[in-house]
Amino acid sequence: MHLVCPAGSLPALKAAVQQGADAIYVGFRDDTNARHFAGLNLDDKQLDKGMQLIREKGRQLYVAVNTYAQPEGWSRWQRAVDQAADLGVDALIAADPGVLGYASKRHPQLKLHLSVQGSATNAAALGFYQQRYGISRAVLPRVLSLKQVKQVAASSPVPIEVFAFGSLCIMAEGRCHLSSYLTGESPNLCGVCSPAKAVRWSDEPEGLTSRLNNVLIDRYAEGESAGYPTLCKGRFMVNGKRFHALEEPTSLNTLDLIPELAAIGVTAMKIEGRQRSPAYVEQVTRVWRAALDSYLKAPQRYAVQPAWRQVLDGLSEGSQTTLGAYHRAWQ
Amino acid sequence: MNEDANMKLSLGPVLFYWDRNKTHDFYASMAEQPLDVIYLGETVCSKRRDMMLDDWLGLARDIARVSSAQLVLSGLTLVEAASELSSLRRLCDNGELLVEANDMGAVQLMSERKLPFVGGPALNLYNGHALAELVASGMQRWVPPVEASGQLIGHTLRQLDSLEVARPEVEIFAYGHLPLAYSARCFTARAENRPKDDCQFCCQNYPEGIPLLSQENAPLFTINGIQTMSASVSNLLADYPELVNAGADLLRLSPRAEGMEQVIAAFDAVRKGGLPPLAVDGCNGYWHGQAGMLRAEEAGLC
Repeated sequence: MHLVCPAGSLPALKAAVQQGADAIYVGFRDDTNARHFAGLNLDDKQLDKGMQLIREKGRQLYVAVNTYAQPEGWSRWQRAVDQAADLGVDALIAADPGVLGYASKRHPQLKLHLSVQGSATNAAALGFYQQRYGISRAVLPRVLSLKQVKQVAASSPVPIEVFAFGSLCIMAEGRCHLSSYLTGESPNLCGVCSPAKAVRWSDEPEGLTSRLNNVLIDRYAEGESAGYPTLCKGRFMVNGKRFHALEEPTSLNTLDLIPELAAIGVTAMKIEGRQRSPAYVEQVTRVWRAALDSYLKAPQRYAVQPAWRQVLDGLSEGSQTTLGAYHRAWQ
Repeated sequence: MNEDANMKLSLGPVLFYWDRNKTHDFYASMAEQPLDVIYLGETVCSKRRDMMLDDWLGLARDIARVSSAQLVLSGLTLVEAASELSSLRRLCDNGELLVEANDMGAVQLMSERKLPFVGGPALNLYNGHALAELVASGMQRWVPPVEASGQLIGHTLRQLDSLEVARPEVEIFAYGHLPLAYSARCFTARAENRPKDDCQFCCQNYPEGIPLLSQENAPLFTINGIQTMSASVSNLLADYPELVNAGADLLRLSPRAEGMEQVIAAFDAVRKGGLPPLAVDGCNGYWHGQAGMLRAEEAGLC
């Protein structure tokens, strides 16, 4: 199984290469990718340098152009696809049927991966993208149970990539407008969720309070650790009770599932986090490289080492991890 | 100035889980309303089985006896299990009714059968190029994503024109709780501390979902099984002239447990030339390119 790691900067890309990522995925510095955060992503010069390093080390570079284009911005998405092709990337990760159509017609040699934002959760949907655009891989949304991943992989016309580790979207990717409902900006259209510019922290008599566009997302008692107010991970009132009504602050961690995912025939495992620091990329890549190598060397004797878990827990939201939807009980 | 005799009214699929009797009573009343299109079927959760495919088809035949509305069968939105894909295949093979595709899987199945279909609001189509791809696959009517603004819809259609592709019919979500997100997790079961696999169909106890409030008691969302909806009811009646200008052919009214007759009557009066109200309750932020939860003031005066 290939290890696909995120890079939101050149130092992160170098760290991923150094720690043994098989492929590194990046985005351009605009709203054509789903991590359109201030100061993040690589400019042309950094991309050239990164590409050079990747070629020297025999790794792969993927570029994500995985938001949905808006009519007025169409030329930006076209340019992003052209730029990726000119750069000679190993794959373009995209979701918009318009973008995929353009890429497959204009650059037939460019390999296409269906982004998780494409929300393809079944073999028929994958068939659409494979037949129309010739995608050579698809990233599955984090909503499937392990049994469902198995069913989809068995009947999929293309190899499958799944999420291994990182922040957990609890909604089907590409099918969540919660952020735009509160802030006007969504992952699909703007490449952001719960955007930083809409966040406000305040010390209030009731406790430290986080708000998103003035809507209270969570409030913390003294000594409680506070997290970024991603709106699906706040505490809300339902039937008179205050709790994490949608999801707790937690990260996905599938180290335990490596043998099962390998048996299913999953092609690649993806680490989330282009918005995270080079240190995060370095540590997560190191742990996952060690885990995958350990499995490859002796599949029967594979066991998750406590040290790996410790490192990953320390990098997780709320310092806790979950198997997410892979584990049916989570649902 | 608002008269547009051609504007059609549609009734979207019921997004909540109602029991069989309530479903039948509801549609008995809807069959008598001035509706041009009625969507039937379960779009949220495959575990809701009070009405199976044959029941929906039977209901469609009953409605057709008293109503001239076009009847459309809506497919599931989040299609994960192999069994759900098989059900979707049967729905696409129903042989009687037009299908609304809410997942690219349904688009593929309809396209393989060379049958026309409606592209539902859960398909991510945000520009003319994407629209052209789906029109080429057989999409004859487009319901834009609920987060799309009037301007985005207008620009998308003009971009499609520039590609010299004939426009599909355009149906805009004009009334109801907005379907915002879909998850593997059932939030209704979570709220009741039940595992999803033993949910006891508890969403049937909430005919309009469960309100989710902030800790300051501001209504934010509505929990409806695996679907999260807006707390506010979206209402674009005051924006009627702009809906016409943006290219809407149909307005979708999404069922609520009570009072749909009055909602339909209000929209019907305006499409027949009545003055739209200056303001209405509920939200319309998305239509104006703002946060969806907002209400653009005095939108009718624009």
